[in-house]
Amino acid sequence: MKKSPKIKIAMYWLAGCGGCEESILDLGEYLLDLIDKADILFWPIAADIKYDALKDMPDNHIDFSFINGTVRTLDHVKMARLLRRKSKTVTAHGSCAHLGGVPGLSGFYSSESLVKKAYEEAPSLADNKTTRDPAPDPQQLTERPYALSQIIDTDYYLPGCPTPPELIKSALLSFIAGELPQKGTVFGEKKALCSTCPLTDTRPDKIDLKKIRRVQTADYSPDRCFLDQGLICMGPVTRGGCFSQCIKANMPCRGCFGPLDNVSDYGAKAVSMLSSLIDENDIKKITSVIDQIPDPAGLFYRYSLTSSIIKKQGYRD
Amino acid sequence: MSRIIKIDPITRLEGHGNIKIEYDDNGVFKAAYLNIPDFRGFEKFCEGRAVEELPTLTQKICGVCPTAHHIAGVKALDDMFNVSPPPAARSIRELIHNIFIYEDHLLHFYYLGGPDLFLDPDTPAADRNIFKVIEKLGKETGGRILKIRKKVRDMHSDISGSALYPVCGLPGGVSKPVSEKDRLRFCGISKEALDFALETLDLFHERILKNPVFISLLDQECMKSKTYYMGMVDESDRVNFYDGIIKVIDSKGKEFCRFSPNEYLEHISEQNDPGSFMKYTFLKKVGWKGIEYEEFSGIYRVGPLARFNVSSGFSTPLAHKEYLRMKDYFKGYPVHATFAYHWARLIEILYAAENMVRLTSSPCLSDKNIRNIPGRINRERGAGVCEAPRGILIHDYEGDRNGIAGKINLIVATQNNGASIQYSLTKAGRELFKNGLSDENTLNKLEMVFRAYDPCMACSTH
Repeated sequence: MKKSPKIKIAMYWLAGCGGCEESILDLGEYLLDLIDKADILFWPIAADIKYDALKDMPDNHIDFSFINGTVRTLDHVKMARLLRRKSKTVTAHGSCAHLGGVPGLSGFYSSESLVKKAYEEAPSLADNKTTRDPAPDPQQLTERPYALSQIIDTDYYLPGCPTPPELIKSALLSFIAGELPQKGTVFGEKKALCSTCPLTDTRPDKIDLKKIRRVQTADYSPDRCFLDQGLICMGPVTRGGCFSQCIKANMPCRGCFGPLDNVSDYGAKAVSMLSSLIDENDIKKITSVIDQIPDPAGLFYRYSLTSSIIKKQGYRD
Repeated sequence: MSRIIKIDPITRLEGHGNIKIEYDDNGVFKAAYLNIPDFRGFEKFCEGRAVEELPTLTQKICGVCPTAHHIAGVKALDDMFNVSPPPAARSIRELIHNIFIYEDHLLHFYYLGGPDLFLDPDTPAADRNIFKVIEKLGKETGGRILKIRKKVRDMHSDISGSALYPVCGLPGGVSKPVSEKDRLRFCGISKEALDFALETLDLFHERILKNPVFISLLDQECMKSKTYYMGMVDESDRVNFYDGIIKVIDSKGKEFCRFSPNEYLEHISEQNDPGSFMKYTFLKKVGWKGIEYEEFSGIYRVGPLARFNVSSGFSTPLAHKEYLRMKDYFKGYPVHATFAYHWARLIEILYAAENMVRLTSSPCLSDKNIRNIPGRINRERGAGVCEAPRGILIHDYEGDRNGIAGKINLIVATQNNGASIQYSLTKAGRELFKNGLSDENTLNKLEMVFRAYDPCMACSTH
């Protein structure tokens, strides 16, 4: 039987952390299978192919590019566009590329203030300002952080911070088999994490949230729905597919898989979910419960500030 | 005419970077300059967050060394809440930290640095990768590398939630106990990991330490940097990854100072580089004299070679035996050969595996008491320090009475090596490029210099 030709793939990072790369390496022995079926044309963490070689490739030469990380510098914009041109399909890999991710929280501040903090105000900086070199130029940064689809046309999304290797493998298997999902597909479950959570049976039909507790000071049970114990858990509004990793470590969900299909603003959905758990009609009483949540903006938009309604405007050159 | 050659991007490391090699008007090599073009602003955007989220937020600085950030973060919270973990929780934290250092050092030895060490020096760029290393070592050994790394990372995930991003750390403890059944299973995996560490060292002695190319890299003067060294040691001056006192020696091996982690601002200072987002740290009491004058400037090194140099060895027998072997090989002390980082890293693989066996062999690990639950924040500031695979890592947080984070300051492992990496590149470059050659293999030799440090660039700029 004639062996089918290998697919060509590329993997690249923008303002990422290397965690998505690690999640690929965590494919373990499947990596050996993978290189039988795929040529990896570009992957800076593991292979010595430089930008010039990428630039020299014909357009649409790469079948599948996986790009992780938030778009945070002008270089990232250039690289995202270059990879888009060289690739037939682009998959946003991980929360940062998918929704803006944790570095997207920098969208609360101007680029200048981010740079100033690190290079002019840090308490460990050299005391003597006359011998201290100036800060790098904040103009190298984009005006604000962006998710990948705000910069280039994006075909598929692998959610999670980082995406579990099993989910990457399922995407790779379908790509290798030539079974391409519908454009815009977010891999993972179509249901919320709650539906597959190991504590789902302990969740009562009606939760009445009266007091918000915080993990570090709460003596909570690992065997009972966290929301029912007053601990904020994002399970009801977060896409499933993460194997409930945090829950299994007795910690509540923080929402890295992002929203379900057809939800445009994850944080707004989270607020509405929590409000529905407060069995009060008096707005003052509802507010008094919500007010107990420390740093609600940082919590609800931890992974998705960049793609939220308040920050959604597009990129301008 | 002066000219610049750019290696862009540098590869087989964590994060972004490029190197500019400058020649003067006469075509003579002038300098090699490493630029890190990446910045996210963690110290600013972590302000205002709930303090309990900091160990899981700040660890997103780096997906290659998340456990180190998680441990430093949770230790900073211990300090802030003025609470200590019960013995089982401390053992669990130490266990995941050792598992992580084990697999991360393996990652460097085989995947990132491996192609430089195992493959012929003239291997084409397209073939310098882990898959060719596996081919060279044979599928049996190669498969075992992938398998053991997966096994120990899965064990980490079982304990912490995820080896990719652990979530188990709470001030005063951890969120999940280890069952007795799991403890015994983990002990079996740890013993397997120790066997593989020994096998890896055999491979190093047989294949690499007998290779004349590698031996010359250890010997050549241009591949040495005579700096200060900094590392964390226990009360007997032995290496400790989780806790201890920070010790500094000078380039002659004489103790320069030692300090407790929360005194770091008196000893460590940072210098900006307007051309790069990486700040360089230096010893405050020596001062910043630029990158040129290694013996007289406050440049110091951290990580495996620094830990080897500052310590009196290791508390576990096999690692200590290997420590003595390396000490014997180099005769002189401290060891300044940058390529000796590879060997020192392997001693630590052994040390981490021995620690894994030790911790999983004790019933203390499966004790159910894993939390001392704190009350409100006790101190307005908390500092947490640990040894990351790449060196000293400091997290310093402010928090108010409502548990909201104020100012955050982070000194990240690779930053400590930043100035020294710059220095090593220029020093090696003078020799490598003295004939004006800039072919692909010579350029890779220069990359091998920074790679020996196993830098983490996203970490370094955060």
